[in-house]
Amino acid sequence: MSDAASQPANSPSADRILQAAENLRRNIQGDLHEHVVEALYADAARIADRAVSRPGVAAQPTFDRTLDRILTSRLWGFPIMIALFALMFWITIAGANAPSGWLAWLLVDQGWPMLRHAAEGLGFPWWLSGLLIDGIYLATAWVISVMLPPMAIFFPMFTLLEDFGYLPRVAFNLDKAFKKAGAHGKQAMTTMMGFGCNAAGVVATRIIDSPRERLIAIVTNNFALCNGRWPTQILIASLFLGSLVPAHLAGLISAGAVVCVALLGVFFTFAVAWTLSRTVLKGEVSTFSLELPPYRPPRVLRTLYTSLIDRTIIVLWRAIVFAVPAGAVIWLSANVKIGDLSIAQHLMQSFDPVGVFLGLNGVILLAYIVAIPANEIVIPTILMLTVVATGSAEVGQGAGVMFELDSDASTKALLQTGGWTVLTAVNLMLFSLLHNPCSTTIYTIYKETGSVKWTALATLLPIVLGVVVTFLVATVWRLLQ
Amino acid sequence: MNQPATTAPKETCADCSIYRAARLKKLGVDVDRFDHVVALAGNPNTGKSTVFNALTGLRQHTGNWPGKTVTRAEGAFEYADKRFKIVDLPGTYSLLSTSLDEEIARDYILFGEPDVTVVVADASRLERNLNLVLQVLEITDRAVLCLNLIDEAKRHGLQVDDRQLSRDLGVPVVPTAARSGQGLPELLQAIGDVASGKIACRPHRIQNEPPAIKHALNELVGQLEAAHPGLPNARWVALRLLGGDEHMAEALRKGEFGRSNMTALTSQT
Repeated sequence: MSDAASQPANSPSADRILQAAENLRRNIQGDLHEHVVEALYADAARIADRAVSRPGVAAQPTFDRTLDRILTSRLWGFPIMIALFALMFWITIAGANAPSGWLAWLLVDQGWPMLRHAAEGLGFPWWLSGLLIDGIYLATAWVISVMLPPMAIFFPMFTLLEDFGYLPRVAFNLDKAFKKAGAHGKQAMTTMMGFGCNAAGVVATRIIDSPRERLIAIVTNNFALCNGRWPTQILIASLFLGSLVPAHLAGLISAGAVVCVALLGVFFTFAVAWTLSRTVLKGEVSTFSLELPPYRPPRVLRTLYTSLIDRTIIVLWRAIVFAVPAGAVIWLSANVKIGDLSIAQHLMQSFDPVGVFLGLNGVILLAYIVAIPANEIVIPTILMLTVVATGSAEVGQGAGVMFELDSDASTKALLQTGGWTVLTAVNLMLFSLLHNPCSTTIYTIYKETGSVKWTALATLLPIVLGVVVTFLVATVWRLLQ
Repeated sequence: MNQPATTAPKETCADCSIYRAARLKKLGVDVDRFDHVVALAGNPNTGKSTVFNALTGLRQHTGNWPGKTVTRAEGAFEYADKRFKIVDLPGTYSLLSTSLDEEIARDYILFGEPDVTVVVADASRLERNLNLVLQVLEITDRAVLCLNLIDEAKRHGLQVDDRQLSRDLGVPVVPTAARSGQGLPELLQAIGDVASGKIACRPHRIQNEPPAIKHALNELVGQLEAAHPGLPNARWVALRLLGGDEHMAEALRKGEFGRSNMTALTSQT
């Protein structure tokens, strides 16, 4: 009860009315709520009956039902779902290559020398143009050219599918699996969003009402391989795994490896959800009624517009905001020297024992720390740091300059100079799946949960899993050798 | 004879949808000043957000799955020289349960005292949607039924008699297909007329409840009206109190019936 001063004068009457309600309730037979709902439903049925008629033969009454029978069938539901998403990823990967190349040409090949030239003309000291142009500008340019095209392709496709009405069917198919893992069926949709962007996936968990199941969905969202991590997967798989088999099988094997990593992520989603719901997040699985809405022809232009504005631009903008300081840090760590070595070299050397122990190396671990703001910059950071570490003078543009090598062959040559093996490649792919979420996602998790504890768990759990898995793989690998 | 282009429109113009549409000015999120408040309620996935976007010019994300609108969205539009604030409530199947989204929608319609509550219903699933419509009509006196997805109903071979429906429900009923903009001028007209009081609603209220409940309601309504003369809907408050709604009992104890109570609710969303 609040203090007396704020009590309005009529509060005695309130008590009297509440008492009266209490007494009257006792006189009512059965459940009041049920009586009211019954009365409501009876009226609704009567009114609807009077208003709705079916004069003609239904135009296409069975189309939706036929489609549903196929898309949610026990036999075809899953294969169709996997094929559809594989197709979407393939279109994203294949379609993003060319525009990414153009953007890189424009921003890096053309823009970067132009800016350097301009800075020289303006008489910038070397450290200023280094920090601004080699560090910040190149990091941002890389993020834009690598991230924008896949997002601009993936998000509209996803939104079209959503507009058409397919997502509730996916949730329907996956409901049982998530339920068995102790999670909410709607998590299927948030996981799907996570394949585009984990931050967006975390926000999407708002559709889950129960706080317990929402936390499970938030913590496990990072196991959905996001857009920023696909380029790493694809590049490393084609460099090191595709080259193990004859050329005509290379594409198939590397694509298969990437899909395996993605499926492993789905496996971890279920495994972690299962564990959480039986330990710290115990509770009943909440039921929900999922209405399968009618299929609607998607409005293509409208969808393109909204998905570009709503998702692509916003997510890209956040990545840029985080890439700017990251670019500065990379450049500074490679150029500020303590003793004979740069900070980056010191760090790499101290990380190296741990890295090698896990079947990785110091460069990769440092790159993952530098690239916390955005997973997209992992590969350029690794290449740049490898140049710093090995002192390969013939490639690259100098310390702390992020670049993209002209051909895959020279990339591989550089990495092999840095002591890379197939084990390093496999474990890098695994670690790319199992490490902390990017800082945007971490911040989003904090905003959505409002809890430092859960944010910490969501951040640290994947790292722990990553360390365990890479260590196991490295151990088994070494035993077999 | 040449008439100047600025002549005031003839009276017959008011019936023409082109004339009505021309009087709509979409104001986006500019909700600072307004003459009327419009609440947008309805079942999930009936196109509330599409109606919201069409009226405000905003591009709130729409998607073909239930439960998409997770936060309350606000926007504004101007129609016939009046400024309207429009609030997109979360989609719910009912207003009677204790879940958060239903509580938000229910309390906004009662305590927020919107000048008009537009209930968006799926014409192809009328009976299921009417359950919510009737619940809204239990709460508020000023409502408009937006009979959306009328094109889809037609595609399924259904014909909905909107005039019969309007007579039964006691509020204006406007068939629309918001995705293509069909019927929106008429919807605006109805919203404007209900807001200005030009159309007086006589909303349908449940008739066939058991006598014991009817008696209890009358008893409580009498007491409530004596204690709170300005109460927006004593019958609904009585029904909730009778059902043991703690939230409502708390509001009664504190005497917080009215817009002041909304601040607490807004922070929940």
